[in-house]
Amino acid sequence: MNRIFKKMSPAGDAAVENLSDHPAGHPLSVHDLTVAYHRKPVLWDVDLDIPDGKLVGIVGPNGAGKSTLLKACLELIPRTSGEVAIYGEPYKNQRHLVGYVPQRESVDWDFPVSALDVVAMGTYRKLGWLKRVGKKERDLARHALEQVGIGDLADRQISQLSGGQQQRVFLARALAQDAQLYFMDEPFAAVDAATEQAIVKLLQELNSQGKTCLVVHHDLATVAKYFDWVILLNMRVVASGPTAEIFTPENLEKTYGGQLNLLNQAVQALQSIGK
Amino acid sequence: MTWIPEDSWIVLTGALCAMACALPGCFLVLRKMSMMGDAISHAVLPGLATAFLVTGSRASLTMFLGAAVVGVLTAVFTQWITRLGNVDQGAAMGIVFTTLFALGLVLIRSAADKVDLDPSCVLYGAIELTPLDTVTLFGYLVPRATLVSGIVFLLNLGIIVALFKEFRLSAFDSGLADTLGFSSHFLHYLLMVMVAVTTVAAFEAVGSVIVIAMLIVPAATALLLTHRLGLVLLLACLFGASSAFLGHLGAITVPTWFGFQDTNTSGMMATAAGFLFLIVWIVAPRTGLVAQFFHKRTDLPDLPSQGKKARPTASR
Repeated sequence: MNRIFKKMSPAGDAAVENLSDHPAGHPLSVHDLTVAYHRKPVLWDVDLDIPDGKLVGIVGPNGAGKSTLLKACLELIPRTSGEVAIYGEPYKNQRHLVGYVPQRESVDWDFPVSALDVVAMGTYRKLGWLKRVGKKERDLARHALEQVGIGDLADRQISQLSGGQQQRVFLARALAQDAQLYFMDEPFAAVDAATEQAIVKLLQELNSQGKTCLVVHHDLATVAKYFDWVILLNMRVVASGPTAEIFTPENLEKTYGGQLNLLNQAVQALQSIGK
Repeated sequence: MTWIPEDSWIVLTGALCAMACALPGCFLVLRKMSMMGDAISHAVLPGLATAFLVTGSRASLTMFLGAAVVGVLTAVFTQWITRLGNVDQGAAMGIVFTTLFALGLVLIRSAADKVDLDPSCVLYGAIELTPLDTVTLFGYLVPRATLVSGIVFLLNLGIIVALFKEFRLSAFDSGLADTLGFSSHFLHYLLMVMVAVTTVAAFEAVGSVIVIAMLIVPAATALLLTHRLGLVLLLACLFGASSAFLGHLGAITVPTWFGFQDTNTSGMMATAAGFLFLIVWIVAPRTGLVAQFFHKRTDLPDLPSQGKKARPTASR
């Protein structure tokens, strides 16, 4: 880790001067990360180094610690040990560079707010304490909703949106945060085909702007299509690297172990891509 | 029925109390921690008793301080027991608030002979007596309880107006609040302090048992009617104030129809709040029983079933 810091910092300083809105250094470096709930480890000795501008899929069986990895990086849950660096620095210095899309089920969709209110929450960090949401923030939120294709639903109360539309509201909120590095927890879970396409388009757009997205993903069949970097996770990091090299039947077998059904699906998925 | 000036003071005190309770109450309901209000309203008792025993007076400021400290302790202890003891939050709350409440009762009981603090007054309130204890404000004689409730209401209103955005964010998505740099812990404990302080103000009006009705029922009623949080807060205050008026009116009229004397106002306030909820639940547009019977949800034809009822996984 220290080696990385030393290598990064001079270049980092220079780059910050040249291109102030795009920080230098690797978006995410995780070293020796261990997380435990009630003394039972959920993540064990995780080492990761994600290069800039990648679409990264995080793949693994249920209970592999995928969401935990995201939350531990964002300091939403305590780490047992280890370090996380976001663009070469601790998260608390780099909040403004990170956008977070939690799992859709993590909030109460009967809450009395409109879609626009929720998206405007993405602008709160820049606003800071006590300041109110003004026209500028509302315009930004409206624009973000248009980007995910539901600009016409801005004034709907969020319980009156379909699952896919709710997911798009969350993505629009992340857009309104205007981050460099995005953590997305299962954005593709239980969404309709149109939403899936909208998310993919959005990911590619973010990618073309040089932003990095870490996406927890369940559908093995689409991993190779959507992501150019993949992290195979099952409590430990089984493998992490370019999808073409890492997303192999051998690695998947190591990740999914005895879960043959899933494994077969994965092999079929790989074969279908091969053809 | 005769309406004397004292009746107006009683209603005003009750209304200010109910509005002071309704504001933090809305956020308790939205955060699915209504029972935390109950827990804190009971648990502040030892804080009150200690403040009282130490200073020997019912001076409000020390009482509020004692209540605020114990209110935060309740929230902290509950969280510790939940996390370290690996028990469910409801059970942890049950452990903490009954223990603290019992401790408070013991303290009051043992001191009751020497000093003027009546357990039954703490439990059930004595709003009928509030006009007797007055202070002078700008040359007018104002009941102390009215003044205290008014100050607490304005304080709560000020905090919630100033931190509306922050409270809404952390109630809706505490994880996002933390990642954006708005400490959800700080906001959580601020809300707990508000609840504790409000509870103390409400003690004299409605007592520690019925204060939960003032915290929760107007908020729950308002949530049936609108999807806009600002309006929810406003309506909750209106429902709280109306139940104070209807409650007192009921207390001095209803029993006479059956040949009895008047009855306890705070009890009738909570009953009135419950009645208002019942009426709204039946006649509310969109969500009410009547509306659902007639519309059979035809007004929301494009709603896919999935995702609509996504429940939150856990509250703090």
